[in-house]
Amino acid sequence: MSDTQKMVKVYVMGEAYMVPEGSTIVGAFEYAGFQLKRGVGCREGFCGACATVYREKGDYKLKGGLGCQTVVTDEMYIAQIPFVPADKPIYDMDEITPDAGTFMNLYPSVFRCVSCNTCTKACPQDIQVMDYIQAIIKGDIAEAANLSFDCIRCGLCALRCPAEIVQFNAAILAQRLYGKYIAPKSPELEVRANEIIEGKYVKELEELATMEKQKLVDKYYNREIKIS
Amino acid sequence: MYPEYMQESIKKVEATRPDRLELARKLGKMIYPGMNKQEREEVLNENHPDYKAEARTKVRIGPDKGMVMTTEIAEMLERYSRIDIKNFDLSKADIKTDVLVIGAGSAGMSAAIVASEQGSEVLLATKLRLGDSNSMMAQGGIQAADQADDSPIIHYLDVMGGGHFDNKPDLVKALVNDAPLSIKWLEDMGVMFDKKESGQMVVQPGGGTSRNRMHSARDYTGAAICKVIRDEVYNRADKIKYIEYTAIVELLLNDKKEVSGAVMYHLENKQFSIVKAKSVIISTGGFGRLHIRGFETSNHYGATADGIAFAYRAGAHLLYMDSVQYHPTGAVYPEQIVGFLCTEKIRAIGAQPVNKDGELFVYPLEPRDVEASAFIRECNNGKGISTPSGIKGIWLDTPLIDQINGEGTIEKELPAMLRQYQRFGIDIREVPMLVYPTLHYQNGGIDINDRCETNVPGLYVAGEATGGVHGRNRLMGNSQLDIIVFGKRAGQYASERAKTIEDAGNLSLDHVLAYNKEVEALGIERSKVSPIILPDYIPDHVKAKQLIQEYNGTLI
Ligand SMILES: Cc1cc2nc3c(=O)[nH]c(=O)nc-3n(C[C@H](O)[C@H](O)[C@H](O)COP(=O)(O)OP(=O)(O)OC[C@H]3O[C@@H](n4cnc5c(N)ncnc54)[C@H](O)[C@@H]3O)c2cc1C
Ligand code: SF4
Ligand code: SF4
Ligand code: FES
Repeated sequence: MSDTQKMVKVYVMGEAYMVPEGSTIVGAFEYAGFQLKRGVGCREGFCGACATVYREKGDYKLKGGLGCQTVVTDEMYIAQIPFVPADKPIYDMDEITPDAGTFMNLYPSVFRCVSCNTCTKACPQDIQVMDYIQAIIKGDIAEAANLSFDCIRCGLCALRCPAEIVQFNAAILAQRLYGKYIAPKSPELEVRANEIIEGKYVKELEELATMEKQKLVDKYYNREIKIS
Repeated sequence: MYPEYMQESIKKVEATRPDRLELARKLGKMIYPGMNKQEREEVLNENHPDYKAEARTKVRIGPDKGMVMTTEIAEMLERYSRIDIKNFDLSKADIKTDVLVIGAGSAGMSAAIVASEQGSEVLLATKLRLGDSNSMMAQGGIQAADQADDSPIIHYLDVMGGGHFDNKPDLVKALVNDAPLSIKWLEDMGVMFDKKESGQMVVQPGGGTSRNRMHSARDYTGAAICKVIRDEVYNRADKIKYIEYTAIVELLLNDKKEVSGAVMYHLENKQFSIVKAKSVIISTGGFGRLHIRGFETSNHYGATADGIAFAYRAGAHLLYMDSVQYHPTGAVYPEQIVGFLCTEKIRAIGAQPVNKDGELFVYPLEPRDVEASAFIRECNNGKGISTPSGIKGIWLDTPLIDQINGEGTIEKELPAMLRQYQRFGIDIREVPMLVYPTLHYQNGGIDINDRCETNVPGLYVAGEATGGVHGRNRLMGNSQLDIIVFGKRAGQYASERAKTIEDAGNLSLDHVLAYNKEVEALGIERSKVSPIILPDYIPDHVKAKQLIQEYNGTLI
């Protein structure tokens, strides 16, 4: 810690603490003496474990963000939301179809969307959440899958939705339906997978695995490099 | 925004930029002479974290007594168990299962799915939430030889060469042979790989590959895979029971020294449970959060090598625990993303590393270990820039990228980086990035065969917790692959074993008692315990007032 370190005051669930300026919300908790268990995962904006609500000085708005990616400001009030109770129906991917009907069965709440856009405003990943929910309603699963792709399941959208929709669970279903049924299958992968099942490479791999080291080294340095 | 006190140094960088731009226009990448063999050896010997005399130590106890290991690992192994054994009633189990899977990254969750498909009852215990793991964080890609001009044979050669031929051949054989099948498994579950209109996979080359073999899902490859696997785990609720915020702290052995279960600790209600299992799979991932040699890390919060600690106590052998992968450019500022990986591409397209005075000091694209060592040397020589929390770094002068290649290059080529820094009010088109080497990957781990078996019967391991697949140097994209290939294999073979067993036998912690005695004989302080479970980031002045056992080193 350099001597020039400026401190700011934050209220962790109402209690005041001085923490270094520039701390993240997660960092502020730790500086204040909390050993976090919940509310932190990757610490880099990839896992969505750190959903937090906060209110800034002089602002009436209750804001949401990722605790590991949001910098504290002076006089900020913070509270973590370490768990979002959410409906998650069980389905067999082989038994369902990539259309609105599937969502009608599994996530009927989606169809109650009132287009208020609150979810989009709440999303720390800047995802067009309302648009992907609307795409599902229209049966455009490809659009829903692509729009929702960057979702990290922080749950902030669902917490604010007046229609009680679980956007992030609907999103992963849309993505899986797209990946499994709508995106064209990779033809060359199919061919190679069959070759492997037939054992095409077993013998040659065994030869390499038992090859004398110097011979293998030579083979490696003499291999053809074809990169584009 | 950079704090005011850094602006002075940034001004110096700006002052030298026109000359350096001129240099780049004249000489391309050769803006600074590359090191010869002797210079490389010197910078490595003097600065690379692995080359320091104190970086490696002979571990003094356990099944690999005398083996040279990374010092922090040896030190973690020479610790007492967390639990006081006399308090445990081992006469009956709290939970019984066929297969216990420890750790829910993509390796553990793949294992759970396959074991459940084979008809086994699975208990999946994980320290944080399902999927909160290194698996979720991979951006770059996953390798598999599925293109027409590629083959598992060529992939095999690339993996072996990359690992300097130290890899275990049987593991590499399994890795490359199962690779296309694993990608197919993921495609069939609905992972959205980047594809052309024809369905053909978009594939890129990677460091050490002789073909374009890197599959991706935008720059969220690990998340795209891990999210789908996790959804599948949820869908199998009838067969896979999962428990979150629960860490395994010890394994249980029966009289035949086979694994018969584990001791589970619930982080929140602080209760312990005894699990009895016919097979146990360790998939606890890597060790970044041990901050080896004080390094920041790209790893998730739970990467503390717990599996290594309790497997070793149960008698499992380790491999290559002396080798650590550091990536030269991890972010050190803004503090929010310390350790965050800044891709090599930034330097490849023209950003120059410069010191606090704006001076060049190294050729930008030396091999990773050499480049990292040069950064460390510069900081050790007082030429680094300190951050508010006291970490040092050097500048990566990114504004040059657009000046060299034309406006808009950063936006087009490095969109994720640009966005990440913009979140904190830093525009890398206008100002440089502050970077330092970051602790990235655990090259070694628990020794397994191609069925994921260890030398302890009933104990299986998959993923970053294993050693041998990558030798002492993993190539990019082969780790995401390894966790699927060996995760699936572990699920398969652990389940097969479970089916042949009527009862796992008695539950004993005698091996832990014996191990504790060995630790005691070394004169180790009683407060030192492992596994570590979670890192501790509470500042010293606060800890000095937290006078309870709970904060003695780490959690509990
Ligand atoms: C930022 C980053 C980028 C990467 N990019 C790439 C890439 O582009 N390509 C590539 O191939 N590889 C990449 N890697 C490496 C790769 O992602 C990891 O090596 C791999 O995902 C490890 O998977 P795993 O399942 O073995 O472990 P993890 O995914 O780390 O999962 C381990 C799980 O075990 C849990 N756990 C730990 N201890 C315990 C315990 N005691 N009890 C219960 N549970 C426990 C953890 O909480 C975690 O959920 C990257 C890694 C990082 C960190
Ligand atoms: S869509 Fe919802 S759950 Fe997903 S990242 Fe945005 S706010 Fe979080
Ligand atoms: S918040 Fe709910 S109701 Fe409003 S747009 Fe989003 S999904 Fe629809
Ligand atoms: S801790 Fe993973 S997104 Fe914040």
